[in-house]
Amino acid sequence: MTRTREPESKSKTSSPSSSSTGMKLIVPLQGVVQGRGGILLGSLIPCALFYFFQLYLKKRRRSNDKHPSSNPPSPSSSFPELPRTPSRSNLSSRGSLTGVRLSRLATTISDDDSAYYVGLNRASRDPYHKLTNPDGIIQLGLSDNTLSLDLIGDWMRKWGSGGDDGLSINGIATYQAFDGVDELKLALSDFMHQVMGGSVHFDTSNMVLTAGATPAIEILSFCLADHGNAFLVPTPYYPGFDRDVRWRPGVDLIPVHCRSADNFNLSMTALEQAYSQARKRGVKVRGILVSNPSNPVGNMLTQDMLYNLIDFAEDKNIHLIVDEVFAGSTYGSEKFVSIAEILESDSEYIDKRRIHIIYGLSKDLALAGFRVGVIYSFNKNVLATARKLCRFSSISAPTQRLVTSMLSDKKFIQDYFETNRNRMRQVHHEFVDALSKLGIKCAKSSGGMFCWADMSGLIKPYSEKGELELWEKFMSIAKINITPGSACHCIEPGWFRICFTTMSLEEIPLVIERIRRVVEVCKSSS
Amino acid sequence: MRVIVPLQGVVQGKGGLFWGSVIPCALFYFFQLYFKNRRHHHRSPPPPPPPPPPPHHSPDPEPPGSDKLHPHHVQVLPRSLSRILLSPRSPAGPAYVSGRATSVARISADSPYYVGLRKAAEDPYHEVHNPHGVIQLGLAHNTLSQDLVHDWIHQNGTTAILGRGIAPYQPLDGFMELKLAVAGFMPQVMEKPIFFSPSQMVLTAGATSAIDILSFCLADHGNSFLVPTPHSPSFDGDIKWRSDIEIVAVPCRSTDNFNLSITALDRAFNQAKKRGQKVRGIIITNPSNPVGKLLDRETLLDIVDFAREKNIHIVSNETFAGSACGSKEFVSMVEILEAEELDRDRVHIIYSLSNELSVPDFKVGVLYSYNENVLVAARRMAKFSALSAPTQQLLISILSDTRFVQKFIEINRLRLRKMYNTFVAELKQLGIECTSSSGGFYCWANMSKLLRSYGEKGELELWDRLLNVAKINVTPGSSCHCIEPGWFRFCFTTLSEKDVSVVMERIRRISAATKSES
Repeated sequence: MTRTREPESKSKTSSPSSSSTGMKLIVPLQGVVQGRGGILLGSLIPCALFYFFQLYLKKRRRSNDKHPSSNPPSPSSSFPELPRTPSRSNLSSRGSLTGVRLSRLATTISDDDSAYYVGLNRASRDPYHKLTNPDGIIQLGLSDNTLSLDLIGDWMRKWGSGGDDGLSINGIATYQAFDGVDELKLALSDFMHQVMGGSVHFDTSNMVLTAGATPAIEILSFCLADHGNAFLVPTPYYPGFDRDVRWRPGVDLIPVHCRSADNFNLSMTALEQAYSQARKRGVKVRGILVSNPSNPVGNMLTQDMLYNLIDFAEDKNIHLIVDEVFAGSTYGSEKFVSIAEILESDSEYIDKRRIHIIYGLSKDLALAGFRVGVIYSFNKNVLATARKLCRFSSISAPTQRLVTSMLSDKKFIQDYFETNRNRMRQVHHEFVDALSKLGIKCAKSSGGMFCWADMSGLIKPYSEKGELELWEKFMSIAKINITPGSACHCIEPGWFRICFTTMSLEEIPLVIERIRRVVEVCKSSS
Repeated sequence: MRVIVPLQGVVQGKGGLFWGSVIPCALFYFFQLYFKNRRHHHRSPPPPPPPPPPPHHSPDPEPPGSDKLHPHHVQVLPRSLSRILLSPRSPAGPAYVSGRATSVARISADSPYYVGLRKAAEDPYHEVHNPHGVIQLGLAHNTLSQDLVHDWIHQNGTTAILGRGIAPYQPLDGFMELKLAVAGFMPQVMEKPIFFSPSQMVLTAGATSAIDILSFCLADHGNSFLVPTPHSPSFDGDIKWRSDIEIVAVPCRSTDNFNLSITALDRAFNQAKKRGQKVRGIIITNPSNPVGKLLDRETLLDIVDFAREKNIHIVSNETFAGSACGSKEFVSMVEILEAEELDRDRVHIIYSLSNELSVPDFKVGVLYSYNENVLVAARRMAKFSALSAPTQQLLISILSDTRFVQKFIEINRLRLRKMYNTFVAELKQLGIECTSSSGGFYCWANMSKLLRSYGEKGELELWDRLLNVAKINVTPGSSCHCIEPGWFRFCFTTLSEKDVSVVMERIRRISAATKSES
């Protein structure tokens, strides 16, 4: 204690000088510091002050964050005009002033307007019809296949008139599994066996059925990644992924750019690069999401590439999701290899638990409205959770029964695939041919329902802006809706996705004629 | 005090006040930082996914030229060899499964509600084939009049499903024709001329999905909804699992006959607010599940006022609307909003077409909202739980047969009432009282006399005896978050009349055993 006494006198002499240098505010503090309490209070008080200062800053920051979102998202929320009853009228003046708040997600979702969806909407409002609306918009932005719809229709009529009403089988009284009835799973496993090359056996216990492939992707995203984690996705990719993976699961998509110089094939270097860049940014990458055959380009992953992807996933300890919804819609020279085939042939050395397959009937069987999707996974935890989450997107019973009987008709399925493949090949050939006569080249493709067409010669400036301008011209001048590459996150501007399976052979000249109009407008203006 | 001595020197030296304040502050700041870091470490999930082993790049970059040279060899032989080399590094531990997936799997694994459902599904009772199986009284289905619908389908043949044929591109939030049909059907069900606007509807794959979509639309992660308890045991799954929203219980008690009071609502709201929770809405079920109470006009108006005062949403779950058949009048939220010019933007209603038509496995839900923004978002989210075209087609055909619909509603109501009366009377003979119910598919029975110990433990013990000894699966009150122990939910709408006596016999055994003990 003697030590404290001595400096006290020293500081007393120095105090006038320090107070004169504008420290008046802290003068009371000074007294404390140099008083008896000395060191203890001298440390405690600034600490406390500092702490409260921090607290204050924190609070301010938080309330700032809140402000933009608490804005009423609904300008339409009209103030109640007529007070309901006298007793309640005094209440109405409070509370409802700002309108009720929606979640951030709902606001994001209503604002999300990519050209892909804008185009779909515009085309569906003014659809082309040969007789009733010849000037309407031709819809080439979907991924539907109507080439062989007649076959499905015929089958349904036959089935309907056969009196074999599979619908009223009464198997309902007990607890209904949300993830699909076993009969349908069995039928699907046979069907997938047939579609994916006939060498793979699909185990029904690894299947979860959902109302379409869209919820299948969403549910997998929920299972494999947490909010703010990310998947690697080779671009250009299916524009719907943005909604399926980003919206509700909150998982980010990191593009892995593929280029026209490689015919948009995936390169492992690009994948590695994207991965390490994401890691550097502090993003947790949980998986790779690829489609095979790819949408929109239509090329396939080779067996080697699939092995590389598996190695990559193992190396980084991440998942591999393969979207094979176009597995049966192939027409080209390349052979489709399902990842399931690789897992079966090389099962000993691969950790299957990280591999998940998505399949659906909308594309291969042209049953878009039926909403039947499949998650095929080897991961017991993922399957268990997916089964639980299926409660939000289960397939209704009549549909399950209808599809079961359709898939069990082996002969029909066989015929369907043969005819469908021939028709697709023919239309694709004709269409690509006609496009090339207009000077528009398409990427080489062997599967899927799209031509991936290079129109970079027609855009000015060479950028996304030019691309969207050209897209607008297709909409307004040619009245056809196609998907601009930017909606597919293609890194090179000027590519367009054209769905060729919604037009018949007879309609090709009409579509080509309309495209020619745009080509001429572009040429004349330059 | 030696440690701070150097500091002292500084404080009283020339730098004086300035250093004397800055240095402790800095020290304190680092101290806080240190604590924060430590806490983070503690909280982070047990082992972060094992770091990927050092990448062995040697065998990896498959020489791309080589497979061009010998395409066949590469595919078969060298592959498998290199794979053996690779294999030891792959078992770096299983790939990470998301935290939310793990929690979903864990929660539902041990809740008695799901355990019971599973057990009953694995060993279902059948009069002839499996007389010792478990009788299922834990569902939320009505299959009493299922036969009528199936007969209809049988008569009209499968042509009903084909309808206008198959069109390739359809709206994902339901066909307009079906929405129109629903708008015509709902007033029939409620036996009141209420106007439903098809443009305010979004059709989803089941009412569950409708609740899910609404939760996503109305609240952010970690926000909460007020829900009067006892509530449907499946709400936990519908609201918490995926949309990650908290449920704030608003307890109703047997002394009030489990009726909702605004005071309780207010108290729950204030308590939640004090805890820092953001309450975004209130979910009411009318007729209530499990108790079967109807909310009268005055209560509904009070709830609307309450919501307006707090500026929160109202989700009115009216999935049992068609089963209301007591002496009281069922009042729909729609009726109230149509009758008076109120602040409608905050009201969202859920119906279940499959419940009304007694075909649970059709899974058709209706989201009916007055908020344009919610409708826009919900229509877009409908792609994740869209209805299939054949089902919609079939429903359009069924609903447009007005004669059938009329007859169906009548018979279904009669059967429900009859079954309810029988079941309650039989339970009463066993000394088990039920609350009086005016709707829904349930009896809410007070079995507290049979508890060995009065508490949740005793309740679960009784549930376990009912499931494993008596072989009936019922839903314990604790799964419905009832605050009083000893209440059980019996779903009587999946039983046939013959089954009732079997159920009663089985309960009698348990009750006799309990009585002889005491």
